[in-house]
Amino acid sequence: MNCIIIDDESTARAIIAQLCTNIPSLNVLEEFQNALQAIKYLNQNDVDLIFLDIHMPDFTGFDFIQTLKSLPKIILTTSDSQFAIEAFEYDCIVDYLVKPITLPRFEKAIQKAESTKIKTEVPTTAMATDDVETLSGNDLYINIDRRLIKLDIPSIYLIEAKGDYINVKTEDKNYTVHSTLKKIEDKLPNDLFLKVHRSYIINIKKIIDIEDNSVLIKKDVIPVSRSNRPELMKRLNLL
Amino acid sequence: MEQPNLSYIDTLSGDDKAFKEKMISIIKAEFPEEKAVYFKNIEAKNFNEASENVHKLKHKISILGLEKSYEVATDYENNLKNNHDDAEKETFKIILENMTNFLDTL
Repeated sequence: MNCIIIDDESTARAIIAQLCTNIPSLNVLEEFQNALQAIKYLNQNDVDLIFLDIHMPDFTGFDFIQTLKSLPKIILTTSDSQFAIEAFEYDCIVDYLVKPITLPRFEKAIQKAESTKIKTEVPTTAMATDDVETLSGNDLYINIDRRLIKLDIPSIYLIEAKGDYINVKTEDKNYTVHSTLKKIEDKLPNDLFLKVHRSYIINIKKIIDIEDNSVLIKKDVIPVSRSNRPELMKRLNLL
Repeated sequence: MEQPNLSYIDTLSGDDKAFKEKMISIIKAEFPEEKAVYFKNIEAKNFNEASENVHKLKHKISILGLEKSYEVATDYENNLKNNHDDAEKETFKIILENMTNFLDTL
């Protein structure tokens, strides 16, 4: 595999290059101390694998990933384990190495890189952060731990916002997805779902009862904001 | 206090003496510069920049096998990001002195 190394620290570049000498199948083509130099190189050259530092001044590893239209496999190298969750949102990232990198761990990462097949198309910025996709009429696919899980849309009864995540509650199971209420709202049929509060979307067919400022859905009591109440009342078949 | 060592570099180098010399040479060249920039930023209370400096120094701390010092540096980096430097500032200074003394012997 032809590879390049991107890291602002020369010690880190030297270590990765040295580790590569232990793997006969690896051929280090170039080393770059910033991502912008690497982008220029990649515009004219093909590589199979990139060792990419996340924490670089001005232009981070994640900025780099989102800039290029197509990317080879990437092994992230970092001193921070805190980015691991974000890292696995990208199909092109095959492993995540925390410095100081040891040879056994490095070899394991290379084995992963050799055995992993990735999409050649890199996610756009929107795709990278939006883990919710509808693929056909009644189905909604959510991305959890790099698996696309199919949900039957009518079985969803409640979606609640939780910071950078949403909880999707269905008849069978609850799912936590890295996405926003707005993004999932756009994927759901308007006649079935209604945003009743800035943090909640409900399936109106699943309402059990309504009080002044709340609705009961299953066992969840959900607040209804004053501005959304008229639309909710309009949707109901009132006697 | 834990002592810096070359065991990580020795393991990486194996029989490759040229690599070992190269690593020591890079660290000896970069460390004083990174340390100086860090102290300058701390003096000027540029905590965010100082956290970036600590981040870079942290890698060298780990390369020299200073595991406990690495943890201190990680906490210190986070505190600097939150704009305060008191908790680990003196300990970090001692870590840097410890590394300086060790590198002087190489």
